[in-house]
Amino acid sequence: MKRQLRFAVGIGVVLVAIAYFAFAGYNEGKAYYKTIDEVATLSADDAEKRLRVAGLVKDGTIERDGRELRFVLAQSIHSDENTMVVNYVGTAPVPDTFKDRAEAVVEGKRLPDGTFEADHIQAKCASKYEAKYGADAQHPEGVDP
Amino acid sequence: MIQIGNYAVALALAFCAYAIFGVFYGAKTGRRELVRSGERSVYATFAFVTLAVVALVTLLLKSDFSVEYVAGYSNRDLPFFYKIAALWGGQAGSLLFWSWILTMYGALVAFRNRNYAGKLVPYTLGVLSVTAMFFLIMNKFAANPFTRLVFDHEGATRIFTAPDGRGLNPLLQHPAMVIHPPMLYLGYVGMVVPFAFCMAALLARELGSGWIKLTRRWTLTAWLFLGTGVLLGGRWAYVELGWGGYWAWDPVENASLMPWLTSTAFLHSVIVQERKNMLKVWNVVLILATYLLAIFGTFLTRSGIVSSVHSFAQSSIGTYFVVFLAIAGLAAVYLVVSRLAFLKSDNQLDSYASREASFLFNNLILLAACFAVLWGTLFPVLSELIQGEQVTVGAPFFNKINVPIGLFLLFLTGVGPLLAWRKTSFTSMRRIFLWPTLAGIIGGALSVVLGARSIYPIMSFAISSFVLVTLISEFARAARARMRNTKENALAALYGITATNKRRYGGYIAHLGFLMLLVGFTGQAFTTEGWGEVNVGEKFTIGKYEFECRDIKDIDDPNYNGMSATIALSKNGKELSVLTPEKRFYPASEQSTSEVRMYHAATEDVYVVFANIKEDTNKAVMQVWINPLVSWVWAGGYVLALGTLVTLLPNRVERRLTRRKKAVENLLRETDKVSAA
Repeated sequence: MKRQLRFAVGIGVVLVAIAYFAFAGYNEGKAYYKTIDEVATLSADDAEKRLRVAGLVKDGTIERDGRELRFVLAQSIHSDENTMVVNYVGTAPVPDTFKDRAEAVVEGKRLPDGTFEADHIQAKCASKYEAKYGADAQHPEGVDP
Repeated sequence: MIQIGNYAVALALAFCAYAIFGVFYGAKTGRRELVRSGERSVYATFAFVTLAVVALVTLLLKSDFSVEYVAGYSNRDLPFFYKIAALWGGQAGSLLFWSWILTMYGALVAFRNRNYAGKLVPYTLGVLSVTAMFFLIMNKFAANPFTRLVFDHEGATRIFTAPDGRGLNPLLQHPAMVIHPPMLYLGYVGMVVPFAFCMAALLARELGSGWIKLTRRWTLTAWLFLGTGVLLGGRWAYVELGWGGYWAWDPVENASLMPWLTSTAFLHSVIVQERKNMLKVWNVVLILATYLLAIFGTFLTRSGIVSSVHSFAQSSIGTYFVVFLAIAGLAAVYLVVSRLAFLKSDNQLDSYASREASFLFNNLILLAACFAVLWGTLFPVLSELIQGEQVTVGAPFFNKINVPIGLFLLFLTGVGPLLAWRKTSFTSMRRIFLWPTLAGIIGGALSVVLGARSIYPIMSFAISSFVLVTLISEFARAARARMRNTKENALAALYGITATNKRRYGGYIAHLGFLMLLVGFTGQAFTTEGWGEVNVGEKFTIGKYEFECRDIKDIDDPNYNGMSATIALSKNGKELSVLTPEKRFYPASEQSTSEVRMYHAATEDVYVVFANIKEDTNKAVMQVWINPLVSWVWAGGYVLALGTLVTLLPNRVERRLTRRKKAVENLLRETDKVSAA
């Protein structure tokens, strides 16, 4: 019995260490999913947090300056409501799938002036891989995912 | 062809259903002929799924755009090779491909064990067929690749043919991407085989190490495919995605890593069961977890429950998977619990300084790693359920946990194989570990001298040196002993010891590969990154390297168009290479890609991406990464695969035993004949 206990202690130590690393990593890496309208009305407290916001890249708003990038992220490509100016300052080039009307997820912080400073962008080419061929054929202008 | 495909899937489904009935009912009631017919249905299922695959490939090659799948994932100008790869480029096709591999494995299991008389193999075929049935149902009803394109015309549904397809995702148009999915599938699906054997053992109440011996090669083969698939995926991401790395902790990457972690744990812990008859329940749980994680991984890729770069179109198949996972999980847990009495351990742990204890900790942290990865992957879903707010954890979470786990695992790789079973005495420990420990200290110190400043890289180099010396000393000790006995030269002796004990030395080679992988991962701590804006004739410098832009020109190909830059790379005034990174645009899928170009120096990769053209100045923006030690990752993968292959080779002893067994069987048959006469 004593022997079993000794192993239990060893296992416990390993698990506690891992749990500690997990907790530390969680605090460092966590980001909150918010929608664009939620970002606009964030409390001062929440504005400090790392956020992750999904939306669509508004047509013709992508401006590149060297590695820096500005664009407007919108809830819907058909309406001007719920939009947000995103300033990308990350080191990696934006993914190739990033383009007008692509579905994009940006990660970063909201600045006091209301713009969003992102250091990470994920993009998915929405029109093709989300919509079925048949559905798309009926709506040549593309469908909202 | 469409009709052939549809009928083939339907017939496969029918034969699969009959196979399940035949093998289970036949084995249970002892009707040999029923089992035989069930086995033949397993072959028939495979034959019809093969026919369906041939039909789909034919449709893809003929560019028949009246089929939704062909129109969605191929186009006329797509190169021949990628038209075939389109088979697994989309949801429905890749699921059919899954079924094909699974039924192929089923047929192989049936064929390899065709003379087997007990219950284990029929039950195994039954469990395999149940899984195949699930996938075939999806091929038929939820994601049928033979569906025709239709549109609504004034309330009536009409079929039509698209003028051209939308093309295979250009990111998938890469040689590594052609091999990566099949490898991964062979691995994922291969894990179903040991699981099926395990469930069969539970059903038949034959829970010694028999099923483990029968499945060792299956498990190792599947594990090899899975690992190769994961690494190829990383390699593809590295050369194709252009963000300078090969692993991003993306949900789908995680999904492929998790069954690899649990199966790695399984490969190690079965040794304890074979040798000491311990950890029986544990092994059952590990293979069950591997199976569920393999199915779960397939589901995660397709359901869109977590956002990922890999996600296929969202569809109803998520529900099918959840139901199947729940049923499979519950049935398996019920089986394990009801057979607990047969799974008693014969031995206990004695000492920390024992082989068993090192296996225990190996398993513990592999599972902890798997659990952490699972938790992190599902955190957005879980946090929404619990807090009503989606939270992601991101790369820092995964790295924080998995870096120390990786180092600990590497440490065990060095220690474990050298410890004796049961207990190692202090004096022998001192004898075994003196030199490795010294090597570790020297390795760590050397890395500091060479510029490592943070704790993990230093530890990584120290532990790697430690493990390397243990591995060398293991080979050296055995080879020296053999040289004394056989008077062979060193090389022949090394070959000799490996050939006589392939499991042991193959395992060591695999461990060496793992060590090289971790050294490669450590290189990430020293990555340098920068960029330059250039016109033709201009230069920029990053680190020790100088980049000169010699040319920027347009490119034109039937499949894509774009721009190509010619960049001369030099170091200390000496020209090393000329790189031509490209920016491409694929009209069929309206998508652009960056073609990365790399220069492989001895210890580092110079990685150049054509990021974009700056609008106001018309200069090309080049993004550069200097990634030390990345080639160690791929080299480590090769060594790991080589080691696994060595352990897979048949052993001389085994061959002799099989020969003897055959002789005995023949003798028995003869005596039977004699007594019958």
